[in-house]
Amino acid sequence: MSLSFLLLAVAALCALSFYFGRQRAVALSGGRHSNLHSLPVHYGAYTAAWCGLPALFLLLIWYCFQGSVIEALIVSDLPQEIVSDSGRLSLALNSISLIADGNGQHLTVEPEIVDAGRRLANIQTIANAALVVVMLSGAVLGLSLSYRKITADMRARNNIERIARYVMIACSAIAILSTVGIVFSLLFEALHFFTKINPLEFLFGLEWSPQTAIRADQVASEGAFGAIPLFVGTLLITLIAMCVAVPIGLFSAIYMGEYASPKFRAVAKPALEILAGVPTVVYGFFAALTVAPFLRDNGAILGLDVSSESALAAGLVMGVMIIPFVSSLSDDVMSQVPKSLRDGSYGLGATKSETIRNVIFPAALPGIVGAVLLAVSRAIGETMIVVMAAGLAANMTANPLQAVTTVTVQIVTLLVGDQEFDSAKTLSAFALGLVLFLVTLGLNVFALKVVQKYREKYD
Amino acid sequence: MTDMASLMEDRAAAKVISDNLRKPVDWDSPKIARQIKKRYAAERRFKMYGLVAIGIALLALFVLVFSIGSKGYSAFYQTYVQLEITFDPAVIDPEGTGDPDVIGRANFDGLIKQALRERFPDVTSRSEKRNLYGIVSGGASYDLRERVLENPSLIGQTRTIWLISGDDFDMLNKGYIDPTVDEGDRRLNDQEVSWYNQLVEAGAVEKQFHSRFFTSGDSREPELAGIWGAAVGSFYTLLVTLALSFPIGVLAAVYLEEFAPKNRFTQIVEVNINNLAAVPSIVFGLLGLEVYLNVMHLPRSAPVVGGLTLALMTLPTIIIASRAAIKAVPPSIRQAALGLGASPVQTVTHHVLPLAMPGILTGTIIGMAQALGETAPLLMIGMVAFIVDIPGGALDPATVLPVQIYLWADSPERAFVEKTSAAIMVLLAFLVLMNGLAVYLRKKFERKW
Repeated sequence: MSLSFLLLAVAALCALSFYFGRQRAVALSGGRHSNLHSLPVHYGAYTAAWCGLPALFLLLIWYCFQGSVIEALIVSDLPQEIVSDSGRLSLALNSISLIADGNGQHLTVEPEIVDAGRRLANIQTIANAALVVVMLSGAVLGLSLSYRKITADMRARNNIERIARYVMIACSAIAILSTVGIVFSLLFEALHFFTKINPLEFLFGLEWSPQTAIRADQVASEGAFGAIPLFVGTLLITLIAMCVAVPIGLFSAIYMGEYASPKFRAVAKPALEILAGVPTVVYGFFAALTVAPFLRDNGAILGLDVSSESALAAGLVMGVMIIPFVSSLSDDVMSQVPKSLRDGSYGLGATKSETIRNVIFPAALPGIVGAVLLAVSRAIGETMIVVMAAGLAANMTANPLQAVTTVTVQIVTLLVGDQEFDSAKTLSAFALGLVLFLVTLGLNVFALKVVQKYREKYD
Repeated sequence: MTDMASLMEDRAAAKVISDNLRKPVDWDSPKIARQIKKRYAAERRFKMYGLVAIGIALLALFVLVFSIGSKGYSAFYQTYVQLEITFDPAVIDPEGTGDPDVIGRANFDGLIKQALRERFPDVTSRSEKRNLYGIVSGGASYDLRERVLENPSLIGQTRTIWLISGDDFDMLNKGYIDPTVDEGDRRLNDQEVSWYNQLVEAGAVEKQFHSRFFTSGDSREPELAGIWGAAVGSFYTLLVTLALSFPIGVLAAVYLEEFAPKNRFTQIVEVNINNLAAVPSIVFGLLGLEVYLNVMHLPRSAPVVGGLTLALMTLPTIIIASRAAIKAVPPSIRQAALGLGASPVQTVTHHVLPLAMPGILTGTIIGMAQALGETAPLLMIGMVAFIVDIPGGALDPATVLPVQIYLWADSPERAFVEKTSAAIMVLLAFLVLMNGLAVYLRKKFERKW
């Protein structure tokens, strides 16, 4: 029974229990609703909630543990020499799952593995059936219990409202849960990584070449995990992006807010917003196939040696992407400067531009700094543009015409394709992710604080 | 002593200033006129900077759209080559059984090769023959088979048929391969170009609307690759995202806006939501990889995992928009409902939520549009696999439109450039549609209380 069918079945049961609960309430009322404590729909909703929520809860718990339990079952039956070798183990697990899915005919593997594959298929069938039984029995149990509890003076409305409140609290808690999930999943694998590589070497090392050898006797066996070249590359591209986005964003915000006629504003503002809505993969394609060749060819005319994966191309396009971000944030900030300041300046005979430069801009500066910091954090975390347009070579250079690589590019390169969760190479992606998360988080918290403080000043 | 001197200096300076102030300014003096002119010029310059900034931004947008449009429009047409195919019964159905299984297994590729050899009888050497077969795409034999299965009476006849051409010939026909450059610098040699010219002279080359692009899945052959598989994958992914993030987001927003007491828990939730909105998307991918794949062992590359990951990303957007919409419902509505005896939950479900719904839906659509364009987190959870089949459900391996664009952009074949641009056009069309819907909803139901 597939998952979607199961969910449909539970939904149908819910609808049924709503009907039953309502019917029972109507029957108990003897035709007069005033005999009931709550409206009949409340009784229906009460039974439906007791039918659906336990089933969904069971499903959630089940899916959290099913995978690891099944894997543990399979691994426990494998011969010791496979289990002890993690590389062989992951290979074996792979073939086992292929065999279990019925795609393993072409594999040449040990008979134990074939057996294990058959067993896995068996276990999966049993697990699916068990899930169906558990979920449906949970639903039916909840239904029958709640159905029996219905009496004319049961406080069904208060009950269902309490349930609704708990559900709402649970939904709000998901925001916390996902933060916790991010922190823990990054921290767990990063700590794993730091047992292999010294954190100081990671944070301050000057060489990055994560290719560790698959076999011990290969050449270039030791990878180097010094992340400084990645940080330099990230900062270089961010800097270029900011050089584009900050002046253009700021000046367009000023023009939009102070000079533009309503008609112009109505056209230009949404047009600018389009820039923010274009998917980053499109910018990446644009950077790699239009901007980078353009820069290379024109650089060659000027006698410059521009790499075809130059930091400049990625940075320029990223800057274009961030323009609307800077402009809308600084527009917000500048429109919050009190009118009295502006009027005072005009009253002294200042022109518009003098007012903006000497009064509004200084007054709004903290907010604008906050906006720029938010933009920086976005540029640091941006992935697709640099993946497609920046290079892979970890060069330590401040020359925008050369290829550099960034933190996000390395995360993607390390994790796309086959992953072994015991090699430093894969795990280093999580360490990079942790650094990325902490830096952007720090920037955001700081920027929001600055903006908030600024807001309070004029409130 | 020095103090005394500086004090005297200050006094003198102050006297000069006050003298100047006392002197009436001659506003008509050329000096002032010059100054005013200068200030006005500065004003104009400043205004100009603003215009130029907007101009640059809009120019960038225009160049972006134009470069993609000009690269991609040709992908909607595909070159076809006309060949005289003999449906040889000895090859297709030697025993004359008429059994579809037998016909289905027949060597249609051989028929096409035969036709090509007949068309250019002077080709003899092995490598030349291999080049010759490149005129027609490897997928043409499937088309031929379907044609025969549909109409078995073709067997034994000879027909002139339009066959889909290989990608290099397509590129030549569309003008992306310049036949005038040095032979070593292009994908087709002189002989292949001369075949092309012969075919053109015979009127046997034609561009037709490329419907396969919209109906087929991915392929290693550019002329056979389509976006339907990725579009379906995107659909399932967004379905999962919507099914999770919409109810959770709205319920969380209602709780935070209407019921939450001001306590530590609420504060932590709010801080978390604001921070989640700014976490780089790739970090969500790492979360998905670790939690959904490593801990929960959900299937790799499945839309379900993509949807779960994107749901966490969209959640802050939906919560923030929903809270704004709920906040915009005036308190008088709530007071009226409460005054008539409705419970707080009834007040919200019967009155506040319906009134806030347009705003909530607008926010949701914008969040979905973001999710549709998102690539990086999906790379982390293995949705970059090369998948030919159209996914049949949320648990099948699939890819999504932006990831398909990324994959094609990485492909070395020249013909994939136009496919990528065309896929981008389709993706942008969807985004424009969704955002247009959001704007329409906002315009139509916007209410000033």
